[in-house]
Amino acid sequence: MDNKQGKQSLISRLASSEAFLSVAASLICIVIGLLLGTVVLAIINAEHAIGDGLMVIIKSGFKSPRNMGTVLANAAPLIMTGLSVGFAFKTGLFNIGAAGQYTLGAFGALYCAIVLQLPWYLCLLAAMLLGALWGAIPGIFKAYLNINEVITAIMFNWIGLYLVNDIMYGKGQSPMYDLATTKTFSLRKVAKGSMIPSCGMSDMFGKLQSVTIAIFIAIFFAIIVYIVLSKTTFGYELKACGFNKHAAQYAGINDKRNIILSMTIAGALAGVGAGLYYLSTVAEWNPQVSTALPALGFNGISAALLACSNPIGTVFSSLFISYITVGGTKLSTQYYTKEIADVITALIIYLCAFSMLFRNRIRAMLTGKNRRVNVGKGGND
Amino acid sequence: MFLLLKYTLLYTVVLMLVALGGMFSERSGIINIALEGIMVIGGLMGVLAIQLMPEGASALSIVICSISAAAVAGMLYAALLAFASINLNADQTIGGTALNMLATALAMVIAKGFNGSASAKLDYSNRAFVYEFGPLTVNVFLFVGIAILVLSYVVLYKTRLGLRLRACGEHPQAADSVGVNVYKMRYIGVLISGALGGIGGMAYIIPSVSSWNFEVGVSGAGFLALAVMIFGQWKPFRIFFAAIFFALFKSLANIAGVIPAMATLGWTQNMYNMIPFIASMIILAFTSKKSQAPKAEGVPYDKGSR
Repeated sequence: MDNKQGKQSLISRLASSEAFLSVAASLICIVIGLLLGTVVLAIINAEHAIGDGLMVIIKSGFKSPRNMGTVLANAAPLIMTGLSVGFAFKTGLFNIGAAGQYTLGAFGALYCAIVLQLPWYLCLLAAMLLGALWGAIPGIFKAYLNINEVITAIMFNWIGLYLVNDIMYGKGQSPMYDLATTKTFSLRKVAKGSMIPSCGMSDMFGKLQSVTIAIFIAIFFAIIVYIVLSKTTFGYELKACGFNKHAAQYAGINDKRNIILSMTIAGALAGVGAGLYYLSTVAEWNPQVSTALPALGFNGISAALLACSNPIGTVFSSLFISYITVGGTKLSTQYYTKEIADVITALIIYLCAFSMLFRNRIRAMLTGKNRRVNVGKGGND
Repeated sequence: MFLLLKYTLLYTVVLMLVALGGMFSERSGIINIALEGIMVIGGLMGVLAIQLMPEGASALSIVICSISAAAVAGMLYAALLAFASINLNADQTIGGTALNMLATALAMVIAKGFNGSASAKLDYSNRAFVYEFGPLTVNVFLFVGIAILVLSYVVLYKTRLGLRLRACGEHPQAADSVGVNVYKMRYIGVLISGALGGIGGMAYIIPSVSSWNFEVGVSGAGFLALAVMIFGQWKPFRIFFAAIFFALFKSLANIAGVIPAMATLGWTQNMYNMIPFIASMIILAFTSKKSQAPKAEGVPYDKGSR
């Protein structure tokens, strides 16, 4: 009897816990997404769908230290763009401009590294400032002209991309452009001092040079964002503007200033993401590609949505997305292509749009008949 | 000069078609940010339809079948957006963004699967779509586009459907109170935008080249069309003129290197590409105070709300 009561109160506690509902809803999205992904795999090649398909995606990330390193190296910038989008979400704004802010950040980091040969933390700071600048623009347009930040951000994504490519390429004569590789110069060759230190991380992960302390920097930022949003007056004011602009105004909060600040901070976070990526030398920038914005910017939206914009959750969702993306690259090209992982991620995000529905279902299930109690109580990813 | 005209015509039609699609969706109250993805899917299906046509098919049947395939594919894909945002009240921008991400990934998987190789490049013949008039090449989408432009105007302003559609974008509660089915109207709006977006995607890919690498999707043309729609203030003929303006600069970007007079100017391709975006931001800044955006766009319809 006692035991039953204890169970009852646990259930009702869970049902009213936002955190639990969010995690459960995200887990449901992931599971359904993976199932749909398996269907796609089966359509392409039914025979190998499980063994050579799904299992490879799920297991590869942990298979070798090198794979784990790749997951971490790609997760660090993703956490930052995820934080950027999530931070804006929390304050009632949709930062689809993370890709553009990321682009500007990449330019800032690479310019300071290759041309100015500055130490890595200054490069990172430059990335942050340029990202913040590109984030502030949609904020200003929104605050003073009441233009939807999504539209401005989309426009400035492309303006940023063309601008940065133009400068970095410089008709082939830019000091940043390596004619031999048709990309920017590799920091490993020309600016060793600007690389984010590895502090033994790369030795731990199969001598993969791109594994650096970037992941810790990203987690550090996640904690800071969490504290700012949930423990400070400043964060409370920003969130209040997101909930109800007019109520916030009435309460004496300067909403114009806060909209601009929110977008600026979001931009800064995305800029740091680019810094972490390029200063860890995960890859070089290719200024000849003017047809696509950096995918990490858009994947930040995925990371934030999957985590319901929670900064700490973003760390886990980013690790998860990075994990299955690495899994996708390990698929045998004989049967499948690596983009399957992108399909799965996108499906999960599409499902995330329904997460409200899932949450209500779970709540109804727990409080209503409570037929089944053991709904995914697992960890955070 | 003819080159400039050719490209301008080409891009005008593409941007206009897609922007008109966006207009129908937004006029019914649904923000369609997934236009880019719809274009990719429509274009892909159009290309596949051309390839799957039997050997001796006549040019006309190829044109009709492949364009229908693109339109239907676009509609089906847009239905995903409609389902999420109309039935489930999901956030429209989020749903649209997810569909954009899905489209590129899906297109690459399908294209690679079709090729049976690691390349997402599809080859096709575009002979059925292109006509030569002296020095000028014109493609079939020009005529399709003009027809759709006129049709859009008539449907939106001269029919009962158009009136109801617009009402749902401005004040759905009022529309509902006089017996208009808001959900149905919004579905119609989104599905029309899917069809036009699909055709637009095909019009972007097919006429100018005879092979397309789906790794690049449609390289931002869908977002450009979104800008065209805003620039055109959600009105068919204004969208047409906005499309010409945007297309002109996009064409200049393409031929900047070829024409000697322009090469001496020293402007790079990137600069020309940037101009339409900057211009639309300036126009937006000046017109934002009297913007004619549909009032209820982006807000899920809730029968019970006051």
